[in-house]
Amino acid sequence: MEIKAGKLVDPCSTQITKTGAWRTFVPVVDHKECIKCNLCEIFCPEGCIHQVSSKDVDALLKYGYKPDQISSLPKDDILFVPDLNYCKGCSVCAHECPRKAIEMFLEEK
Amino acid sequence: MSQKMSSQAYADKPARSANMKVVEGSYAVAHAVMCCLPDVISAYPITPQTHIVEHLSQMVADGELDSEFLTVDSEFSALSVLVGASAAGARSYSSTTSQGLALMYEVLYNVSGMRLPIVMNVANRALSAPLNIWNDQQDSIGARDVGWLQIYVEDVQEAVDATLQAYKIAEDPAIRTPIMVCMDGYILTHVYEPVELLDKELSREFLPPFQPENILDPSDPKTFGAFADPTTYTEFRYLQFEAQQKALGTIEKVAKEFEETFGRYYGGLVDSYRAEDAEIVIVTMGSVIGTIKDAIDAKRAEGKKVGLVKVRSYRPFPVQALRKTLKDASVIAVLEKDVAIGGEAGLLTDLKAALYNSSIRTPIIGFTAGLGGRDITIKDIRKIVEKADAARKKIESEFEFLDLRMEIL
Amino acid sequence: MEKSLLAPGHRACAGCAMPTTIKLVLDAAGPNTIVVSPTSCLEVTTTPFPESAWCVPWIHSLFENAAAVASGVEVMLKRKCKDTNVVVIGGDGSTFDIGMGSNSGMFERGHKILYVCYDNEAYMNTGVQRSGSTPFCAQTTTTPSGSKSLGNPRPKKDMPAIAMAHKVPYVATASVAYPVDLRRKVKAALRVNGPSYIQVNAPCITGWTFDAGTMIEVARLAVETGLWPLAEWVNGELVGVKKVRRAKPVEEYLKSQGRYRHLFKRPEGADILKQIQAMADANIAKYKLAD
Ligand SMILES: Cc1ncc(C[n+]2csc(CCOP(=O)(O)OP(=O)(O)O)c2C)c(N)n1
Ligand code: SF4
Ligand code: SF4
Ligand SMILES: [Mg+2]
Repeated sequence: MEIKAGKLVDPCSTQITKTGAWRTFVPVVDHKECIKCNLCEIFCPEGCIHQVSSKDVDALLKYGYKPDQISSLPKDDILFVPDLNYCKGCSVCAHECPRKAIEMFLEEK
Repeated sequence: MSQKMSSQAYADKPARSANMKVVEGSYAVAHAVMCCLPDVISAYPITPQTHIVEHLSQMVADGELDSEFLTVDSEFSALSVLVGASAAGARSYSSTTSQGLALMYEVLYNVSGMRLPIVMNVANRALSAPLNIWNDQQDSIGARDVGWLQIYVEDVQEAVDATLQAYKIAEDPAIRTPIMVCMDGYILTHVYEPVELLDKELSREFLPPFQPENILDPSDPKTFGAFADPTTYTEFRYLQFEAQQKALGTIEKVAKEFEETFGRYYGGLVDSYRAEDAEIVIVTMGSVIGTIKDAIDAKRAEGKKVGLVKVRSYRPFPVQALRKTLKDASVIAVLEKDVAIGGEAGLLTDLKAALYNSSIRTPIIGFTAGLGGRDITIKDIRKIVEKADAARKKIESEFEFLDLRMEIL
Repeated sequence: MEKSLLAPGHRACAGCAMPTTIKLVLDAAGPNTIVVSPTSCLEVTTTPFPESAWCVPWIHSLFENAAAVASGVEVMLKRKCKDTNVVVIGGDGSTFDIGMGSNSGMFERGHKILYVCYDNEAYMNTGVQRSGSTPFCAQTTTTPSGSKSLGNPRPKKDMPAIAMAHKVPYVATASVAYPVDLRRKVKAALRVNGPSYIQVNAPCITGWTFDAGTMIEVARLAVETGLWPLAEWVNGELVGVKKVRRAKPVEEYLKSQGRYRHLFKRPEGADILKQIQAMADANIAKYKLAD
């Protein structure tokens, strides 16, 4: 960081702050129940629920999935995945999911 | 030459161009603003500033000036409009005084903190209560710590010239600091005087277009005005402090450049009149200088070595320049049109502080006078000279109200 | 959904409606937008120097001058013949109270500016004090319940009516719980060649105290009880309302939040509940919500 007169703040730069550290409860999505209504994505205050192809292993790893969890995900599907780097665990997504496909669990850290 | 103030040296020359006209001070300033080609003007009427903005409105209405003029709900909004305009890349102008400046107070800090190079003429006036619409300088002196540069002018010609200079100083990438050009209300805004109006072409050559590094632009979407916590706030303030220090050089440099183009010079930071060999030196700012010069001439005729130092740049405060000009005085008297109620007065306090760590050990006494528009007369100046003379042996009073009407107290 | 124009990593409380509201507004407005915001929770949580959550140009100046700042931006864009949206996103404190003069000036001058108020019905940034938007008998830290107080003594200020008194051509109320409606209204407002005003109900978990995760549900209840009608006015004419087929009793909404808890504990509360129900009924009649 350098402070210079007239030097302004860069866009989207809060991304360096991983607010996932705030979380107590973690959302877990049951992708088989998900009907792709995208309400969780719309309502998430962090804007951290993303649509990811189940083949996009890099993205899944980046958003917080463990390798062994990835193998049990539905194949060839678009998944709604919370990015655990930013998810604050507010549980709005779980509450709003019309299929109750998202459940909050106390996170073991 | 040494007996003349630098501005005087040029005023004595015959009118050099067809632009010399007898006009109202406010018109002359409005004309100068027009020559600066501001993109956006926003102001709110208040006596005695009104004529400046009325003239500008007319110039815009007549198509003489291609600026956006926003009439707003308050001075607070006027300066706020300019925050947005300036951040969007506009050369921006406002003018106010007194209550209007006070109402702007919060925005003043904001503008300087955001490093927006807005220029504003302050038509100095007293503050309420009691309500009073006449001249003094309590308004802008009270705003001395808001982070703006402040230039105090002596006459209408200097107000005109300083307005053009102000944009060049403010917009300098190393400075990026807003400026108030302070002129005594009524005395300079309402007077009709021969003034050499600025030449539009020359002004355009003198003042390059405003080219800010960043503006509000979707193709480079920056954030302006973020929230700074204790880990960074100090550095933002330090940078402003540093820019004001740099401005000491820039103000001087721009004054010289102005002289090269327009042939007029007022001193950059300070100026003086018969001060070289003076034993008694009066230090002051603004239009009262004319009266003081007359008084000095009279005193000199009586054999008293009296001189004057004019502070032109009050922010940044020209510590070194003042130490240099005042080093041989045997007594200093500060005269100013403001009072720091509960303390002394702005210029006096700043000058004492400036000299304290120098080798100068000259007695300094201070006077407030001319509050709420009371005339400062030659008799008043004589009184100052007498008191200063006496103070060489013993200081009777460090600070006083010079023109108090004891009979009504 | 397109990539959000509000980045994650901002510091809003978990479960706050404000970031969701911003996301929806920006989603509808698109990247060719400049946002002006007053001091508020929004400002401190989205722009902690040297970071910013904003992916569009954004400027904050003060608490009470966003509409004036936006006016300056808009005027300069027009001068440069730039067709960029200028949107103010501000809290109810700046919108209803301290920025009223500046808003009035902006409305009256007819700038092409969309003013969005995310209305959380109090000064949240300073710790939940009452604003002109705080509803009748809601508790805040400056209108607490006590032996001589039942919370905020006055009803909410009618800000849409104030905007319409300025002949603002497009005025709407919206809710974070109705994203399709909100986005459509933002788009409609941005098509207007003049000022527009949208007031979005945006619950604050900290100030209203509701259960984790119920932010959207609380906002939905405000609409379903008739306390927050979703309405739309063009040139002062009501052109649309969201129907509420079977309005829920206001108790359901009030019970969902701690700020109304005292009404259910204190005997005087019963009468207040009736008064609040009457307010909802009046809305239902006025806007023909149930027809
Ligand atoms: C002139 C001034 N007075 C008071 C404040 C303190 N202040 C900052 S934000 C705020 C409340 C903001 O309320 P609102 O606009 O409703 O936004 P919210 O934080 O609720 O989202 C207050 C009182 C200030 N910054 N400036
Ligand atoms: S718990 Fe909250 S923050 Fe996390 S993904 Fe769900 S809505 Fe987003
Ligand atoms: S205090 Fe309320 S409005 Fe502010 S960030 Fe927290 S939840 Fe949002
Ligand atoms: Mg609020």
